[in-house]
Amino acid sequence: MPAKVRVQTIINGEPQEFLCEPRQSLLECLRDVVGLTGTKEGCNDGNCGACTVMLDDRVVTSCLVLGVEAEGCRITTIEGIAMGSELHPLQRSFLENAALQCGICTPGFIVAAKALLDHDPNPSEEQIRLWLANNLCRCTGYDKIIRAVQQAAAQAQEVRA
Amino acid sequence: MKAQEYSVVGTRPIRHDGADKVTGRALYGADFQMAGLLYGHILRSPHAHARIRRIDTTKAEKLPGVKAVLTAADFPQAPDRLVDLGEGDTPLSYARGNVLASGKALYRGHAVAAVAASSAHIAEEAAGLIEVDYEVLPCALTAPEAMREGAPIIHEDLKTKEFGESTGRVSNVAEHFRHVMGDIEAGFAEAEVVVEREFHTATVHQGYIEPHNATALWNTDGRILIWCSTQGSFVVRDVTACLLDVPVSRVRVTPMEIGGGFGGKIPVYLEPVAALLSKKTGHPVKILMSRKDVFEGTGPTPGSYIKVKIGARKDGHITAAQAYLAYEAGAYPGSMVAPGAMCVFAAYDIANVVIDGFDVVVNKPSTAAYRAPGATNAAFATETVVDEIAEKLGIDPLDLRLKNAAKEGTRRADGPKYRRIGCVEVIEAMKKHPHYAAPLGGPNRGRGVAVGFWFNVGLPSSCTVSVNADGTVNLVEGSTDIGGTRTSIAMQAAEVLGIPAEDVRPTVVDTDSVGFTAVTGGSRVTFATGWAAYEAAQDVMRQLKERVAKLWETDAASVTADHGVFRSGDKSMTFRELAAKLDQTGGPVVGSGAVNPRGVGGSFSGNIVDVEVDPETGKVTILRFTAVQDAGRAIHPSYVEGQMQGGSAQGIGWALNEEYYMNRDGTMMNSSLLDYRMPTALDLPMIDTVIVEVPNPGHPFGARGVGEANIIPPPGAIANAIHRAVGVRMRRLPMNPPAVMEAIWSQRD
Amino acid sequence: MKWFDYAAPRSVSEAVGLLASHPGARLLAGGTDLLVQLRAGRKETDYVVDLKRIPELNAIDYDPQRGLTLGAAVPCYRIYGDSAVSRNYPALAEVAALIGGTQIQGRASIGGNLCNAAPSADSIPLLIAMGARCRIAGTKGTREIAVENFCIAPGRTVLEAGELLVSLHLPAPKPHSGARYLRFIPRNEMDIAVAGAGVEVVLENGTFRSARIALASVAPTPLFVREAGEGLAGKPVNEAGIAAAADAARSAAKPITDMRGTAEYRRHLCAVLTRRALETAVQRAREAK
Repeated sequence: MPAKVRVQTIINGEPQEFLCEPRQSLLECLRDVVGLTGTKEGCNDGNCGACTVMLDDRVVTSCLVLGVEAEGCRITTIEGIAMGSELHPLQRSFLENAALQCGICTPGFIVAAKALLDHDPNPSEEQIRLWLANNLCRCTGYDKIIRAVQQAAAQAQEVRA
Repeated sequence: MKAQEYSVVGTRPIRHDGADKVTGRALYGADFQMAGLLYGHILRSPHAHARIRRIDTTKAEKLPGVKAVLTAADFPQAPDRLVDLGEGDTPLSYARGNVLASGKALYRGHAVAAVAASSAHIAEEAAGLIEVDYEVLPCALTAPEAMREGAPIIHEDLKTKEFGESTGRVSNVAEHFRHVMGDIEAGFAEAEVVVEREFHTATVHQGYIEPHNATALWNTDGRILIWCSTQGSFVVRDVTACLLDVPVSRVRVTPMEIGGGFGGKIPVYLEPVAALLSKKTGHPVKILMSRKDVFEGTGPTPGSYIKVKIGARKDGHITAAQAYLAYEAGAYPGSMVAPGAMCVFAAYDIANVVIDGFDVVVNKPSTAAYRAPGATNAAFATETVVDEIAEKLGIDPLDLRLKNAAKEGTRRADGPKYRRIGCVEVIEAMKKHPHYAAPLGGPNRGRGVAVGFWFNVGLPSSCTVSVNADGTVNLVEGSTDIGGTRTSIAMQAAEVLGIPAEDVRPTVVDTDSVGFTAVTGGSRVTFATGWAAYEAAQDVMRQLKERVAKLWETDAASVTADHGVFRSGDKSMTFRELAAKLDQTGGPVVGSGAVNPRGVGGSFSGNIVDVEVDPETGKVTILRFTAVQDAGRAIHPSYVEGQMQGGSAQGIGWALNEEYYMNRDGTMMNSSLLDYRMPTALDLPMIDTVIVEVPNPGHPFGARGVGEANIIPPPGAIANAIHRAVGVRMRRLPMNPPAVMEAIWSQRD
Repeated sequence: MKWFDYAAPRSVSEAVGLLASHPGARLLAGGTDLLVQLRAGRKETDYVVDLKRIPELNAIDYDPQRGLTLGAAVPCYRIYGDSAVSRNYPALAEVAALIGGTQIQGRASIGGNLCNAAPSADSIPLLIAMGARCRIAGTKGTREIAVENFCIAPGRTVLEAGELLVSLHLPAPKPHSGARYLRFIPRNEMDIAVAGAGVEVVLENGTFRSARIALASVAPTPLFVREAGEGLAGKPVNEAGIAAAADAARSAAKPITDMRGTAEYRRHLCAVLTRRALETAVQRAREAK
C-alpha cells in the first residue's frame, strides 16, 4: 500500500501533526483526519466558500488545497475564532442580527469576514459584498450577513475610539 | 390572548442553537462519526434513458478495501403499494426505483449501483470499476416533447389518468386534471381586452449548500439506525422501512442539523442504500453526495410550459382567466402541477376560470418540491399577463390588482373559499411603500411589481414539555430546524408558560423520542409544531395550577396564571418558585401536545423591484428590492424577515440566471456551482422587508406559515421591471443576458 | 481521485529533474484548476510537483528600466497587493482581482491561469496586449516566448515534456500608455468569461502610437487580434477609430455556442467590450505621464 505523508501544521494556534494521502484535500484532512468538522464541504471545487479557512493569514477554500501543501503552515478554522469561551464580536453580531438560518455557510462566512475586518476595519457595503462573493448563502439573501459584518466593524471602531 | 399582551411572541431572542452554529460545533449529517465507519459511493447512469441489460460488479469487488457492492436486485421485492413520501402518495416501485434503478435508467444521474469501502476514495474508484451494459434509448426532455405523438415512452406501464379516471392509454402524461368555475366563454365574451401568452421555464434546483448525506447501521439486534440531514425524519423512517420491508419500529432516524432543504431534502435517496450496505458489511456506512450528484441525482423543480389567457373589461375588472400548465415531473410522476394550479390565479377574485394541469414524465431527475412548488412557474405567467393588461388599459398595476384582489369569501377554481386573508393588505402596503414612488434615477431603468400566494399546510406534529426544578423547561419536538424554528416553537411555549424564551430548552429529537411529526415543509413548522408546543405548554399549565392549588389548599379552578405568576385570592407564586416545589407536590410535570391542525392560513406576498438593463449586453442589475408578506402574526420577526429575504434571493436567481442547461442527450452541462449560477453577495442589494399582519383566526397566535410565498413574485416582478426598463416582454426563464439581448434585438427588427 | 505521489522541489533544476523522471507528472501552483480537473477525471496523474517552494516562481521583481518579472506561481492576492504592480501595472492588478473570488485569489496564480490555457482565461488577453513574454525552463535549458504564442489549443501549451513556466516578463510601462481588461459575465463575480477584451494603447499627440488587442472566449485559444490593433496605429484618438477597431475585433472572433453563450452573442460582446476597454485605456493613457 502506498505510504501516507506526515504533515506538520499549526492549527488554531496549536501544533498539529497528521497523516494523510497526498490526494486528500486540506478540507478532508481537517474534517476526517484531525476531527475538526466545523469547516464544511458544499461543492468541493472552490465555488461556495463553505470550506473557507485561513492559511498563513490568507483566506482560501480548503477544498482546493491538498493536505500535504499545508506542511509548515498556520491554519485558522472556525473552531479557532472564538476567544476561549467568549464569542468573537463577529460571532455575536451574526447571532444578534439573525445572520444565519440553516447555518451551514456560517463558519465559512465568519472566517472570511474576520479576514476582511483584520485587513480593512472599515469596509463599505460594496467592499464587504465583493470580499464575500466567494461565499454562497442560499437561505438569507445576504442582507443580514452584510449587516452583521457592518455592526461588528462599527463596534470595533467604537472600541478603538 | 390579546396581541398587546404578548411578552415573547413578536420579540427577537437569540436562537437557542446559536452558539453551536457560529462556532462550528453544530453537527450536520456529514460530521457524524462512529467507530468502524465505512464509506459508500453511488454509481450513476451516464445515459438519460437506457435499458440496463447487465451489471458486472466483479472487478469492483476485487479492489482492496471494498467491502460490499449493491444493486437494485439486493432490495426486497415487496409488492407494490402507495406510500406517503412526506407531501403526497406515490407507488412503492417508484420510490424504490429512484433509489436504485431497476430495469431502466430513466435519467442521467439515476443511481444504478452502490459500493462500500474503507475510504471514500476507494469507494469512488471501485464504483468506476463496475461494468454496466446499457442499451441507450431515445429520450424526451421537455413536456411538449414528451407529450408529442410518437415520443419515447418512459414508463411502459404508465397509463394517463384524465379527470380522475384512468384512460387506459400509455403515454408520458401521468395525469391531466381540470378545474372549472363559472362560464369561461361568457367571461371572455364580456372582456374588452384579452391577452394570451405562452411561457417556458427551465428546470432549477433548490441549491441548498449542504449536499445530501446519510449514515446507517444495521445493528446486530435488527434495528436500523440512521443519522442524516433531512426535512422529515419520520418520512425517512417510513420510506426506509417500506423499501427494506421491515416494520417502522425497526428503524430509528436521528436528524442531524440540516444545511438547507427548501423541499429537496424531503425525498429519500441514500438511507435505504446505506442501510443495505451496512447489513451486507456489518459496519456503519456513510454516504455523501457530491455537488454533481446533487444536481444530477436529486429532485430539482419542474421545468414547465404554460399558457395563460386573461380577459378584462376596460374598467379593469377581470372577467375570465384560463391556464394551461404542463409541468415536467422528471423520471417519475408527481410534478407539483397541482399546487401550481391552486396558485396560478389565487391572488384574484375571478368568476370564470378554467385551469388544465398536465403532469408529464421526462428523462430528467425526478422532481421534488422547491419552496412553494409549482407556484413560481405559474405566477411568472399570470403576473406578466396581468401587467400587460394594466398597461393596455392605462391602469396602475397595483390598482388593477386591488380591483380584483382575492378576499375573505372568494372562491378559487380548485374549490376552497378563502377565510380571512391578507391579499388586499399586502397590495396596499406595496402601494404605500416609499419604494413605489421613489424616482428611478436613470435611463434603462424600470420598476415592476408582482404578487403571489401559497396555501401553506397543517399536518401532524407532536411535542413534550417538562419542567425543571430551576424554572426552566425542556421542550422536545421532531421538526428538523432549517431556519430557526426550534426558537419560534420555544417562544410559543414560553408565551403560554409566562417565562422568557431563554428559559425554554428546545431540542429536535429522533423518531424514537417524540410522537409522529410531519415534514419540515409547507411552511408548517412554526404554525403546526408551534401549536403542538402551545398545547403541551397548556397541558403543563393545567398541571401546575393543580399543584399550586394543592399547596394553597384551594380549588385549581380558582388559580389564574399571567406572565409567569400564579394567583389565587391574595396569594401569588412565580413559575420559578413553583417549579422548585414539584417534588413535594407529586413529582415531575410533563405536558404533551399532538396536533393535526385545520386552521391553516395562506400567505400572500408581493415584490416591488427596480432594475437597470444594460442595452448592449442584456445584463440585468437589481437596484432595489422590497418584499412584502402577510405573516399573520410574526412570532420571531427576524426569522420572518429572513424567510422573506431568502425566498426573494432564490426567486431572483430563478429569474435571472439559474437553469439546467441540458444538451440533446439529456446531460446537464452545468452541474457545478460555477455554471449553475446562484446569486452571490455581489449580485444582490439589501432586501427591504415589510411584514403585514392579518392574523390567522385559525391559530392561537394568529400565525401563518411564511417560508414559501416569498419565492413566488420575483420572476414576474423582474420581468415587468425589464419591460419598463427597455420595452421587452420576457416569456422564458431564466431571463439571462443572452435572452434579454435576443429580446432587445427582436424588438429592433 | 486516483492515488498520486507528491513532491515539493526547492529549485527549478530539481523540478525539471522530477519532471524528467516522472513522465505524466502534473505541475501544481494554486491548484484551483488542477484539483478540480483531477477530481472530475478531466486530467489524470500519478505524480504532482508542487512549485510553490521554488524562489524564482514566487518572486515579484520590478525595475523601472527592465520592467516586471512575475514568478509563475505568485498568487493573485500578492499581485494586487504589491505596490509596484498596482502603481505601474494597474490593469494587471485589476485582472488578478477578477479571477474567481477572494479565496480563489488566495491561491490561483496568473502563471497557472496561462498554463491552464483555457480560451476563457482572464489574464491572457491583457498579458498579450501588454507584450508579456514567458520564460520556460526544461531539460534543454531555458527559452523565451511571447505570450500570444504560448497557448496552442484549448488546454494545451507549447510546453514540452519536462518543461515548466518559470516567470512572466512585462516591459517597463511606456509613457502615455494605458491598459484594460474587460470581460462579460452573467453575475458580478465568480463566473468564467463569456467574452473578454484586453487592450493596451500608447498615445502620442492625440493619435494612437500603437495598440494591441486580444480577446478571450471567442477562439480555441486567447486571440491576439493583431490587425485590429495595428489598424489604430497613427490614427487620431476618436470614437470612429475606436469603433472601427471594435468592429475588426468582432470580425476576427471565431466563437462557438456553448453553455456560457451563443456564438452570435459572443461576437456582439467582442465589439462592445473592445470598445469599452479601449475607451478606458485611452483615458488612462491620457492621465498617465
